[in-house]
Amino acid sequence: MARFAVGDRVRVHKQFPPTPPSHIRTPYYVRGHAGVVERICGAFRNPEELAFGRDGAPEIPLYRVRFRQKDLWSDYEGHEDDKIDIEIFEFWLDQAEGSEGETA
Amino acid sequence: MSTGHDDQGHDHGHHHHHDHDHDHLHPYDPEHHHPHRADQDDSMTYYRLMEEAVRELMIDKGLVTADDIRAEIEAMDARSPANGALVVARAWTDPEFKKRLIASPKEAIAEVGHDIGPMKLIVLENTPEVHNVVVCTLCSCYPRWILGIPPDWYKSRSYRSRVVREPRAVLREFGTEIADNREVRVHDSTADMRYFVLPMRPAGTDGMSEEALAALVHRDSMIGVTEVTV
Amino acid sequence: MERDFTARGHHDMGGLPAGEINRDEHDYALWEKRVDALMMICTNRLKLMTVDQLRKGIEALPPSAYDDMTYYERWISSVTNTLLERGVFTADELGAKMEEVRARYPDGVMPEGSAGGGC
Repeated sequence: MARFAVGDRVRVHKQFPPTPPSHIRTPYYVRGHAGVVERICGAFRNPEELAFGRDGAPEIPLYRVRFRQKDLWSDYEGHEDDKIDIEIFEFWLDQAEGSEGETA
Repeated sequence: MSTGHDDQGHDHGHHHHHDHDHDHLHPYDPEHHHPHRADQDDSMTYYRLMEEAVRELMIDKGLVTADDIRAEIEAMDARSPANGALVVARAWTDPEFKKRLIASPKEAIAEVGHDIGPMKLIVLENTPEVHNVVVCTLCSCYPRWILGIPPDWYKSRSYRSRVVREPRAVLREFGTEIADNREVRVHDSTADMRYFVLPMRPAGTDGMSEEALAALVHRDSMIGVTEVTV
Repeated sequence: MERDFTARGHHDMGGLPAGEINRDEHDYALWEKRVDALMMICTNRLKLMTVDQLRKGIEALPPSAYDDMTYYERWISSVTNTLLERGVFTADELGAKMEEVRARYPDGVMPEGSAGGGC
């Protein structure tokens, strides 16, 4: 069962394993930032396990999280509402407090 | 980076190397590297030897046949932006199809005659309020089951690095100017989903046939770096 | 305990400064298509590896190799590593086969892999 619902505010973990040799699908540029769950994509095998030839079970909920560009880059030049949508696995996310627009 | 696709490095084009200085017959070596060597090149290289050797070992062991490889290449060659263009044209002319396309892409695309295989697709509709653009910052994820293999620039360091941080500047390099009051939404394909942009139908195309409309739709507009124009 | 690995993977480049986008494109050579086809067969049909294993192998390349090798050179390097790890063939078998292949092209040109074309 998915821990978060569409519209929930979530924050990406800041700590991460050394890459390489780890294989992770959460880009550096969103770590530590807060966004909003845009949709739940379903559940998928864990790429961080699959990368090492293991079965990646059990399947893990995958979300699309929407970030405001201005939250990710302090010097962002563009529309106030410009966004980035990224797929992030559940174990990378925590519930976030605060209002939209507040990060780190 | 400068990918320098016309940079052949050494003169190994069609000249035969009778001196047998097997320049490229080594794994990657930083002391003797070819900076950004072109992908297209018929000289013997370590990795091309490796490809032929691995393929033959797989065939020798009965895991694949030469026909399997050929069939896979033919299937990939058959996937092309023209397939996507037909989907776009249908969505422009049939509002019910568009709804189905956004709700269940695989089934809707099958109606147009294409099987997107195991690909989990999300269709991103451009509107007067939002312009969508797709990238894979971590590698080269691309909706290949509908559009085929991605273009070189999609896999380049410049595109992958910049489009998430300065999308409007990147779009401008592709000749696409997005109005200041229109949201730009970047989609980073990081995991199991793939993305397909449904561009806006250009003005002045009323009454055009589906085929004529499809001819207007080019690959880059379905990645989201351009818009469709007449 | 707070861990703080501040380094990012070399492949994890989103947001870094970079130059103008080179929009030149090349037609994929036959050998490149063959690498692509082999990878698809190994993952989708034979289940010998996953796309994450392919990626992991590419991400483990030293940064200079990641930048200098061509796209499908990175792929065949990673596919071959994975198949070796999996025991599909041995390093000795690979070495012998590469010698055999090299002997086929005494003038150092592999013309059947040149650009474009079908199969």
